[in-house]
Amino acid sequence: MRPRTFFAFVGPSLVLMILFIAIPLVSVFLQSFWQTQTVFERVEIENCTPGFPAPNCTTQTVTRPLLDESGRTVTETIYVGLDAYRAVVQPEAVAAAFAAGEDFWSRLSNIDFWKALRFTLTFTLITLPLVVGLGLAIALAVNAALRSLRGPIIFVSLLPFIVTPVIGALSIRWLFIGDGILTNALEAMTGTQIFMFAQGWTIEILMLTYRVWHVAPFAFVVFYAGLQTVNQDTLESAVIDGASRFERLRYVVIPHLMPLIVFVSLIHLMDAYRVFEEVIGFSSQAHRISLQFLTYDFLMPDDSGNRSISRASASSMLTMIGIVILLVPLLMRTWRDYKPRG
Amino acid sequence: MKTSHLALAAALSLAAGPALAQGECAFTTDMEIKHLSAAFPAWVAVTDAMKECAPNLVVELDQEFRQKQPTAFAAEPSLYHIGGVANGTLTPLLNDGTIRPLDAYVEQYGQDLSPNQLIRIDGRIMAIAMMVNTQHLMYRTDIFEELGLEVPTTYAEVLEAAEAIRAAGVVEYPIGATMASGWDLAQDFVNMYAGFGGEFFDESGMTLIDSEAGVKALETMKALTEYMDPEFLVSNSTYVQQQFQQGKIAMANLWATRASAMDDAAESQVVGKVGMAPAPLAEAGARPATTIWWDGIVIAANVPDEEAEAAFRLAMEGLSPRTVAEHNDDAVWLVPGYEPGPMATGAIETAMMGPVAYPSSVEMGLLHTAIGNNIADFLTGQESAEQSLADAKDAYTAAAREAGVLQ
Repeated sequence: MRPRTFFAFVGPSLVLMILFIAIPLVSVFLQSFWQTQTVFERVEIENCTPGFPAPNCTTQTVTRPLLDESGRTVTETIYVGLDAYRAVVQPEAVAAAFAAGEDFWSRLSNIDFWKALRFTLTFTLITLPLVVGLGLAIALAVNAALRSLRGPIIFVSLLPFIVTPVIGALSIRWLFIGDGILTNALEAMTGTQIFMFAQGWTIEILMLTYRVWHVAPFAFVVFYAGLQTVNQDTLESAVIDGASRFERLRYVVIPHLMPLIVFVSLIHLMDAYRVFEEVIGFSSQAHRISLQFLTYDFLMPDDSGNRSISRASASSMLTMIGIVILLVPLLMRTWRDYKPRG
Repeated sequence: MKTSHLALAAALSLAAGPALAQGECAFTTDMEIKHLSAAFPAWVAVTDAMKECAPNLVVELDQEFRQKQPTAFAAEPSLYHIGGVANGTLTPLLNDGTIRPLDAYVEQYGQDLSPNQLIRIDGRIMAIAMMVNTQHLMYRTDIFEELGLEVPTTYAEVLEAAEAIRAAGVVEYPIGATMASGWDLAQDFVNMYAGFGGEFFDESGMTLIDSEAGVKALETMKALTEYMDPEFLVSNSTYVQQQFQQGKIAMANLWATRASAMDDAAESQVVGKVGMAPAPLAEAGARPATTIWWDGIVIAANVPDEEAEAAFRLAMEGLSPRTVAEHNDDAVWLVPGYEPGPMATGAIETAMMGPVAYPSSVEMGLLHTAIGNNIADFLTGQESAEQSLADAKDAYTAAAREAGVLQ
């Protein structure tokens, strides 16, 4: 392809990438080192609020932003270096936890960032094999099913993938919360009282299960497409050589699907590390939070309109670094596969 | 331009027919005025009344209004003329200087307002309140009568009553509470802490919640959770309301705005069985463990003066005694002409006992978040009360430093 044609094709996508990914990323990167603060003054003022029977007037000292002549708040931006990162990661508290010895883990998980990292990593690494395994299993099952049944089976297996993640999580939550029908069913079966939302580990299981249920269809579709291109001659010769069903899977099918498995793993790692919908959907924040939720929590204004932009930026940079570290092994593999062989 | 607007207004009023009873309006306008507020029944009543007097009124009722209000009001021109606020959500607008003083308008058009409705900040009227809201005790009168229980006035009595109700086994859980982690949980703590007489900040803006009152507040909350649905950390106001309506709980310290839902025959299985009582005292001789809130309107600063004036006069139509007469039981109105119904007694008696008004400020916003994110660990038994208060204090300090409130 001539370079001109190449750029004509790639150009629009490059421009959009720069506009919507690269520039925001640079801005977030910068904001994690700078802090914009409102300049406050402390003044004594009298406020009146409704009281019974007469209005309630009190004089109090309040902190309020300084306004300039045109009525805008005065802000100042200062360079704070790694302060925002320090405020998120809290290295001193980690060192103190190390020094404390035995209850290291409980002390570490008392710090939001480490608590979120722990959950995010468990979530990502446990769902990964389950999604790949379940996707492959469905694909093999569908591939072995009668041709006339395949259409309906594919349709049904794809359904979870179509559901909007937050909506799906909310519906699962309503099935289990309080006296939800599934909790009731479980209680009837086991004969014990069950409270899925009363402790962290049960919520965590729900979240993991939900994600696997939701993403497995994606893996299934990709693997099913891959199965259609397995070389039938190789399979037949394997049969003639006396290879069992498992051996055919192990030595013919899986090697053939390997690039697809790497692809699905890459996508899943990226998605799962940014776990967020489950925290909102299952309102798990009292027990389990994720890194993405931490960023969101910093960014949401409270009632008084305060937002922690610097810490939100720092935490999202850390999330990105985390994803890159997780992806490195898989990316290196892909790189090796596509490198021109000498 | 002007004529086409008029023609449109005429067409609209023809289309809407007799519903537009403009005859009752003391003021009408066909300017395009925009309103943003929460979506509870009182706001629906007020905005419906305003619509009758202004066919071009654009009303946006959104429970998450607090997320967009500060930014929308800071735009030039402001995206809304009228904002519905509570004492908490007033603070960011006030701080950004995006709402205008209303003294001149009140003098000219506010003859129907009672002094209690005028929210004065630093001597100037910045908002007009329309109703008060507070969390107070709601209880099942039938259960209390059957078991011969007195209505509890302190939390010690609440616990005794809960024990008796549990022993009798008449409901699944004796107590319900708005303890969903985050804002609700923090509000529950703020109520209890204020009840124990705790101060939130010292003079320098450092928080004082890691005090004896803080520990007492947390321990009372924990004692109450023993009688609750174990999933209390996901239980928000709507959830508690439903638990009541489905007869699963016998008492709760719940928002006054939820009271009328107890007698809503379409949703509730306990119509006529829920009594309203003042918020219990934190302990004998202390303050009621609750805070007083008000809801009301503000007018944007960044809009042309004539539009702002029209918006204010329109708001007066919405907050008129006529609206209250038609929707008497939708809220505990501050508007003259309000006659408290039986469902409002709890809120009014609570207010008479003089609980603290929710101390909204820049620092309080930060502290509220810090509390909501940290005290759940104590209630789930993962750490001590002192530790979770210390965590909340650290979180507050970090956030306050970043915001520039603390040096």
